Amino acid sequence: MAEWSFPVEAGHIMMFARAVGDPNPVYYDQDAASSTEVGGVIAPPTFIQASAQFNPDYFLRPRIGQFWFGSGKGPSGSGAAPPEPTAEGAGGGRRGGGGVGLHAEQHFEYHRPLRPGDVLTPTNKEGKTWEREGRSGHLVFSESITEWHDAEGNLVITTRGVGVRTSGPAQRS
Amino acid sequence: MALSASTLKVGDARSEVVATNLSRTQIVQYAGASGDYNPLHSDEVYVTKSAGYPTVFAHGMLTMGLTGRLLTDWAGDGRLLSYGARFEKQVWPGDTLTATATVEAIEDTDQGKVAKFSVVTVNEAGDRVLSGTASARLDP
Repeated sequence: MAEWSFPVEAGHIMMFARAVGDPNPVYYDQDAASSTEVGGVIAPPTFIQASAQFNPDYFLRPRIGQFWFGSGKGPSGSGAAPPEPTAEGAGGGRRGGGGVGLHAEQHFEYHRPLRPGDVLTPTNKEGKTWEREGRSGHLVFSESITEWHDAEGNLVITTRGVGVRTSGPAQRS
Repeated sequence: MALSASTLKVGDARSEVVATNLSRTQIVQYAGASGDYNPLHSDEVYVTKSAGYPTVFAHGMLTMGLTGRLLTDWAGDGRLLSYGARFEKQVWPGDTLTATATVEAIEDTDQGKVAKFSVVTVNEAGDRVLSGTASARLDP
């Protein structure tokens, strides 16, 4: 994975707080936030997910000039022509016709709040993989653990995500 | 306003409606802010004709973000030490979600008093869409 970092920006925090339906001024109003215990604007607890915007390899974002598995003229596939199939499957294996990847769990450990101006660098740790049979067929779970350090090298947040791949449309409902 | 260990007790609970008749637009808003543009969450053509679902559904992380509001409203800004969630059922457009946090323990730690919460979010049918845990620093 390419080296990258996540610059925490005030406007991005404001948009994210709106998207999760949280009107707390501590997420956008510097004047109001300065008189609170945290002393300034901070990010909501799940904001680290928005680091995906800055991950150059993040595969759930369309790339300029490249194939995208969402609909265009047809129900699946837009942008450029699809890539040649590989051993791992075309388009990251996330295209239609059956199995999909879904987010099963997410865990955060906070060492301090994220603030505008922070620049966080991810370090990926080894995670587990396990399999079981479920209502949607064969399920493959995989864990990804990431430690995020600030520019001074202090650990700010640790994230642990669990993804699941199903062999057909998920039957969680 | 942070919680105080002197007034909080095990079994205390708080609920909040964190989404009302969830709109497709809010799901799109979350896609744009988070950067997760998976068409499962916004592309009705892809999701019905290619992926095989009845319609688009919310990101699990949107449900976790919505539920986070309850935790920070109750525990105070910047007080969370941990927050974890399992996504149990899909959240669909039109869902109304109610989140509940319950104090399961109050512990003495090297960071002072810490409350451990269980967290549950249900849809309007009462089905659990998210279950999780959180912990937060308390005032003495």
